[in-house]
Amino acid sequence: MTVFSRAALAALIALSFAGPALAHPHVWVKSKSELVYAADGSVTGVRQHWEFDDMFSAFAVQGLEGKQKDKFTRAELAPLAKVNIDSLKEYDYFTYATADGKKAPLGEPLADYWLDYKDGILTLNFTLPFKQPVKAKDLKIEIYDPTYFVDFELAKEKPATLVGAPAACKLTTELPRELTYAEGKALSNNPEAAANWGALFANKILVKCP
Amino acid sequence: MTCRSALARYGLLVVCGLVLLAVADAALAQPFGVPRGAPAPEIGGFAGWILAQQAQFYRMLSGLIRESKANGSAAYTLMGVSFIYGVFHAAGPGHGKAVISSYMVANNETWRRGVILSFASAIIQSLTAIAIVGIAAVLLGATAKMMGDTVRVIEMVSYALIVLIGLRLLWVKGRAFLRLLRGEKAHGSHAHHDHGHHDHAHHHGHAHDHHAHDHAHHDHGHGHHHHDEDEASAWGHAHAPEPEELKGPHWLKRGLSAVVAVGLRPCSGAIIVLVFALAQGLFWIGVASTFVMGLGTAITVAIVATIAVGARGLAGRLAKAKPGLGLILLRGLETGAAALIIVFGAALLTGYMVSERMGLF
Repeated sequence: MTVFSRAALAALIALSFAGPALAHPHVWVKSKSELVYAADGSVTGVRQHWEFDDMFSAFAVQGLEGKQKDKFTRAELAPLAKVNIDSLKEYDYFTYATADGKKAPLGEPLADYWLDYKDGILTLNFTLPFKQPVKAKDLKIEIYDPTYFVDFELAKEKPATLVGAPAACKLTTELPRELTYAEGKALSNNPEAAANWGALFANKILVKCP
Repeated sequence: MTCRSALARYGLLVVCGLVLLAVADAALAQPFGVPRGAPAPEIGGFAGWILAQQAQFYRMLSGLIRESKANGSAAYTLMGVSFIYGVFHAAGPGHGKAVISSYMVANNETWRRGVILSFASAIIQSLTAIAIVGIAAVLLGATAKMMGDTVRVIEMVSYALIVLIGLRLLWVKGRAFLRLLRGEKAHGSHAHHDHGHHDHAHHHGHAHDHHAHDHAHHDHGHGHHHHDEDEASAWGHAHAPEPEELKGPHWLKRGLSAVVAVGLRPCSGAIIVLVFALAQGLFWIGVASTFVMGLGTAITVAIVATIAVGARGLAGRLAKAKPGLGLILLRGLETGAAALIIVFGAALLTGYMVSERMGLF
């Protein structure tokens, strides 16, 4: 018994130290979003503008031919934009919407997506329509990569805007923050909550309508 | 009761060795994205800190590369940051340390070999990154997507190799383990004899094999004997002696397969850094930075491998002092380590475990 109890104790102690290490992000995105409203006050979609970091931008345009050196037109970037949008599908476009506490599914991006390239920085622009226009008192849009390969950060200026929303609607944004020690501990006691680690780094756009 | 307490102490040590490995593996081999049912992460703890350090140093690289164009001293800073990034990056996820450590334990290798193999795998890893970017981007003008696809193919080959290495080790170590178990149970005190007999046959087969190959060795007498022992331990001689520093390239040849399997898969960060440097017209700065990163990585991997070997050595010494159960546990440990390599390879191959995403776009 001694062997087993001691062994079990040792294993327990060791396991409590054995947290999975995560890879650091390899892509950084500064995001700006526009929430588009219909005349009846329902949200129809989210327009995303994602500005990539310089290293990833250089990586992404590698091998692309532009007429002018270090400059690319939208047309020249169109094939890359298609690859971006196609591969984002697997990751749900890193955009998650919740209406009054319920998941509000977003559809495939509209065909008018494009990439811009300026001063060595790529920006991806696309519109995600809601599958059904959403009327909600509490709308929450979260932008994050659950696997944390991409680090999303709301742009400092105008991280989110409402387009055609009822005047009474109020927009706020919430930046991801570091967990407090207590939160981290609580989380480690609850594996369910930990399954979606990247959500902790979520950028939240909140709209409250009366 | 002395026997019992000795047993307890011994068991505890073996478990500690195993647990050490498990810790190393869990801490090092987990992908981002916590797999279902995995132990909960300690956020804000050591893992979180490592993560933050990596991200911070990685982000410094682009600025420093750009600065090196005009300012030579920035290049030195870049090398320093690349080194530190390498050290931290290797402490993060990645199957390299896990596979190499398990390999060291299963094969009963010495720490010195562990260090050499760690450095070799880091060099190979740097070289693959440089080769991919050098050939694909510089010579062929390939796009990011093509490079990503190339990495994916290499990745699959690398993971398949890891599974193969694990299978071979498991075949050898597992059989020795089973033989030992059967012998101990069925014959009690006669176990040694029976077991020795079994092994003799196996051993003989191999000796014969080599006899045919290197006839020249025969003249060396003692050297030949040594050679056989080394081979026997590699191939699962149940009475394998603790390997001393054996001369001869056999362990290196053996280890090379593991090193290549692990090192084949280039680091995504290194590829992005190389392409960025290329875009700045500073490809060679990127190459230097990649090698320095590799150096940092090698140090971390070597430390982890050394710890694993140390744990294994401790278990080995204890097993020597207590031949019966000790040997069983020791062989069990080796078999477990071999099985672990297969698990890593299979998890990576099936995508259940992600080493590091590449591309995305």
